[in-house]
Amino acid sequence: MSATLAPLEPARRRHRLRRALTETGSVLLAVVILIWSLAPVYNMFLIALDPEEGEIEFDGNLWPPEPSLEGFREVITQEARYLETFWHQFGNSFFIGLLTMVLTVLIGSLASFAVSRMRLSKGSLLTNAALLTYAIPASFLIVPYFRIMHSYGLSDNPWAVIATQVTFATPFAILLLQLYASLIPFELDDAARVDGASAGQVYLRIYLPLMTPALAIVAIYALLLAWNDYLFAAVLLAVRNMTVAVTQGQLFSDTDAPWNAMMAAAIIYVLPPIALLFALRRYVVTGLTMAAVTE
Amino acid sequence: MSSMQQVLTAGPPVSGKGRRQPSRRHLRGADFRWAIAFVTPYAAVFFVFVVYPFSYALWMARKLSLYADLIFDPLYLRAVVNTVLFVGIGVNVKMFLALLLSGFFLRPRWWIKVLLAVYVLPWVIAAAQACVSFHWMLQQEGLVNGVLSAMFGIDGPTWFNDRLLALGSNIVVYIWKWMPFWTLIFLVARIKIPQDIYDAAEIDGATGARRFVHVTFPLLANLYLLCSLLSTLWAVGDFTTVYLVSGGGPAHLTDVLATLGFHYAFDIAAPALGVAAVMSALPVLIPIVILLMRRLQTGEAEL
Repeated sequence: MSATLAPLEPARRRHRLRRALTETGSVLLAVVILIWSLAPVYNMFLIALDPEEGEIEFDGNLWPPEPSLEGFREVITQEARYLETFWHQFGNSFFIGLLTMVLTVLIGSLASFAVSRMRLSKGSLLTNAALLTYAIPASFLIVPYFRIMHSYGLSDNPWAVIATQVTFATPFAILLLQLYASLIPFELDDAARVDGASAGQVYLRIYLPLMTPALAIVAIYALLLAWNDYLFAAVLLAVRNMTVAVTQGQLFSDTDAPWNAMMAAAIIYVLPPIALLFALRRYVVTGLTMAAVTE
Repeated sequence: MSSMQQVLTAGPPVSGKGRRQPSRRHLRGADFRWAIAFVTPYAAVFFVFVVYPFSYALWMARKLSLYADLIFDPLYLRAVVNTVLFVGIGVNVKMFLALLLSGFFLRPRWWIKVLLAVYVLPWVIAAAQACVSFHWMLQQEGLVNGVLSAMFGIDGPTWFNDRLLALGSNIVVYIWKWMPFWTLIFLVARIKIPQDIYDAAEIDGATGARRFVHVTFPLLANLYLLCSLLSTLWAVGDFTTVYLVSGGGPAHLTDVLATLGFHYAFDIAAPALGVAAVMSALPVLIPIVILLMRRLQTGEAEL
């Protein structure tokens, strides 16, 4: 018995050593990932919590010497310079983000339903058109948009920004939804049709409920796109209708701005998408596993 | 080969096709009207907000003399080089790291799930705010130089006074912002690879790096290519990162086409020149889109 065990010993030790090494490696990598992901977030808090930051130079501090929530208070009460209309701007961001989300889900799911479930002939034209949209990066069309929105009577109107965001969110939505729709068996639609359901009823009763995880991912994608936008809001909106992203961006190199309040505003601004992702996490996980167990 | 693997490798989905099209017939009557009604909103958006603005842009940039002006403008030539560097390095490094990290996030540990939640944070944080934070982090007296002097006693450089440092900063911020999204895509694709393929590979002695090169990468190669192409298109249009991190500075040395077009159009009031500057990228972008379309049509390739 001992004779059979002996040759196994060094192999087992090598195995154990390798496992210890991979474990240590993973932990080291995890630390690097944490620092990498959180450094700019830490920097936001560093600046936001330092009450001196507004008046004096940035002086290489690694943590705020006298942390204070003054910056946050000034933002919430709209006392900070440049942020006198913070809640109005926040409302604008919210309005644009929410409508982009709703319209993208609606337009994208309708088009994708017609192409993937109703066997519309020449349906692939629509998918190709959607892809073609990405041949021209959104930012490249900013000058034409600026002029066209004027002629459409949409200058300084949040709807102009919503239109551009929906335009560039929908193609991805259509591609993603079509992919997910191919996982739903056609027999379900056919059975409903035999029972006399119209196409509209199939869309409402079968397609939408079964596609919820994919729709949640599209919704998050669209909201993030609108929430990330700086260029279109900056160019298409005037000061009155500005979004939070624009204020932050336009003053980005202004050392005289009250930066503790600015960063506090930035922190408040980045919270809603995180909350949304957290609220929809169940659907996102389902969506990801649904894609993962495709058979 | 199961249809699942075909999805991954984008081969012709044989079994999928049989299920999907039991009766290929033309739609008639009420169904046809429903389908048209469903497609109309997107078609309207496409024509009003894609075709028309694009035609408008072509019309604005129609004069050939504009392109002659561009070629003799050193700002433009440098922006072309910067765009190639920004996109070429940014997209490839990001994609490769995302592919590697997606394997790391597959490890069955509870703390890796927590780490993943932290790791996707950059994707969720608004671009403008993140870029502004990076901008201040890389100031002479910012957090990065503070850490450099506290830990290593080095006097950090003035990041945005040097072209290569500023360009490098832009690329790093771009990678930081967009790597999590693609990591998630690769993570999903990796979950799809059936365990028995790995088991078989292990019997053949493929573990670790060899398993990655000979098993994982070939299975994901098509998806990797598709994602890289799509990401290239999006990166060429990335305005926010360059505009809010280095600001195109010092002295427009790190401008890319998107920010240079903006500069021409809105700072020096030459809108036609600005449009011509960005439109000059089309001869490169359109073949990428055509390649993408053909790749997608050959199968239900996963995005």
